[in-house]
Amino acid sequence: MTAPEAPSTQRGTTNGDVAVRTTGLRKVFGSLVAVENLDLDIHRGEVFGLLGPNGSGKTTTIRMLCGLLEPTAGTATVVGIDVVKDPEGVRQRIGYMSQRYGLYDDLTVRENMRFYGSMYGLRGAKREARVQALLDELGLRPREKQMAGTLSGGWKQRLALACATAHQPDMLFLDEPTAGVDPSSRRLFWNWIYGLASGGTTILVTTHYMDEAERCQRLGFLSRGHLIALGTVGEVTKAFGQPSIEDVFIELQRRDEGQALETGQWPAPPGHKPQATGHS
Amino acid sequence: MLERIRQSPLWPMLWKELVQMRRDRFTLGMLVGIPAIQLLLFGFAIRMEVRHLPAVVLDESRTTESRALTQAMANTGNFDVIGSVSDRDQMRRAIEKGDAKAAVVIPPDFETDLKRRRTATAQVVIDAADPLASQAAISAAALASAARNAALAPPAARGPRLEVRVRPWYNPALESAIYIVPGVAGLILTLTLSAITSMSIVRERERGTLEQLIVTPITRSGLMLGKILPFALVGYVQITVILLLGHFVFKVPIRGSVLLLYACTAPFILASLSLGMFISTAVKTQVQAMQLSFLVILPSVLLSGFMFPREAMPVAAQWIGGAIPLTYFLRIMRGVLLRGTGIEAIWKEVLTLCVFAAVLVTLSAMRFRKSLD
Repeated sequence: MTAPEAPSTQRGTTNGDVAVRTTGLRKVFGSLVAVENLDLDIHRGEVFGLLGPNGSGKTTTIRMLCGLLEPTAGTATVVGIDVVKDPEGVRQRIGYMSQRYGLYDDLTVRENMRFYGSMYGLRGAKREARVQALLDELGLRPREKQMAGTLSGGWKQRLALACATAHQPDMLFLDEPTAGVDPSSRRLFWNWIYGLASGGTTILVTTHYMDEAERCQRLGFLSRGHLIALGTVGEVTKAFGQPSIEDVFIELQRRDEGQALETGQWPAPPGHKPQATGHS
Repeated sequence: MLERIRQSPLWPMLWKELVQMRRDRFTLGMLVGIPAIQLLLFGFAIRMEVRHLPAVVLDESRTTESRALTQAMANTGNFDVIGSVSDRDQMRRAIEKGDAKAAVVIPPDFETDLKRRRTATAQVVIDAADPLASQAAISAAALASAARNAALAPPAARGPRLEVRVRPWYNPALESAIYIVPGVAGLILTLTLSAITSMSIVRERERGTLEQLIVTPITRSGLMLGKILPFALVGYVQITVILLLGHFVFKVPIRGSVLLLYACTAPFILASLSLGMFISTAVKTQVQAMQLSFLVILPSVLLSGFMFPREAMPVAAQWIGGAIPLTYFLRIMRGVLLRGTGIEAIWKEVLTLCVFAAVLVTLSAMRFRKSLD
């Protein structure tokens, strides 16, 4: 497993070791508040897990950080670049793997990789070398000439990962990358992720698998758009007095669903950091 | 600079579109097949000229010359002589009952006039309730008299021997193919191009690849160009197929410059593609895109002068027709193909098309954002 080169030190990546910083980030769709007052720092080279039930605002957060959605309020910088003021600057430096993978079904495995590599300016021998390396590292070689549309879930996930990292981004956003993927592919995936992170790539990943959550260096819990917990696995479980992350997850979900139904108010969770939730 | 152009994401976009297009045999077949099928349909099945119009003959002259004229009329193919009548009452009844759509009346002094070198006149009575039929009849009358004139004229003849009343230019037999083919070309271009552009963009949105494209560093204009340029190529293939078929199957003349025609096609294609992009920003699914494309195209069929002459429309319909790009493209096509017109006679239409293209590009660019909002 070869990790990408260490991130370049071109414009943006100043500000010490902060890869992502959001301040009062908010997104409203009509009358629905998808993300509310999000303050979040993610460190360079960190594997950060964003957890939360469906509809809690994980995907919306990632989309704002990738410049796919414009925040209603607040600011966000990714690798030191403001996502609203310079979305194109951010895009050159990040990789994004969406839940739907974004692969072209009617292109082959190799063509998909070539295409996405080229979109980031990779050309000729450089692109070829990168495609070859990814084919080997992700075990895609035997599927090289297969149409992406005929791949099964695990293979699609590997291909999507290859496409999202073809240009060796400094920051990688992965939105539920392992949904519907078999255990061996998941293991390969996580090994690959750790390899990237040790090479200095920052990773933000969302997941519903608690064993995966426990592999992250730090976690953030989102519930109905609010960041309600933040910290390492140990910190979060300890603060909630629960034996595992899964118990924390279920407890949080139960609590805020009940609370929201009864009072329309949001609970102040134990271990809650004031600057991390901004809700008052 | 050169390096920047080489590294532009536009190239992989174009490459990808072309590979996808090549793989999608069905769509590709439709894109070339639709023009061919439409052309054959319009050219063969929908005959706007009326042939074999049933006609009676009232020959009061009963001479060699009158029979020759009757024969000349029948020879045009527009008339089928179904019988003779002996007086005007019988003739009137035949037409009123609908047995005959036309009658040829040759007066008693027809041959005498010819011999005395006076202009001989014959009459064609037409059931004018059917304007297309009457046009055909008028045209046949003109053709027949011209044929007889040519046959009768002695070398030193001064002036016509038979009177010629109608002379439709450019399309002497009022063959609808010649009128229709330039129209079909424009209609096919605007319909298929706006439909495939809108569907192609909506498909990317449906499959989630548009989201992936947006996070790449490609600019908004690069993304738009990458989506429409390949289809411009399709447009040129289509118009070439139509011109070849039209010319070799339907004998549509190409009197003007093909180069000029291809140049004038560019703003029309651009306008159609931008329309497709605009449609893609207004719909959610491919089915909706298809439906909206057809809805938008409908006025083009009815009001552009494609099938019905605009001169015969109410003023309001003429105004709407004036706001449709096809209206101007039709004039260019008919002008260059049938009349051999140069740029000097069609520059206004070309300019109007350029304005349409500019407006539609601007509108769709304003709506087409590089975000998911």
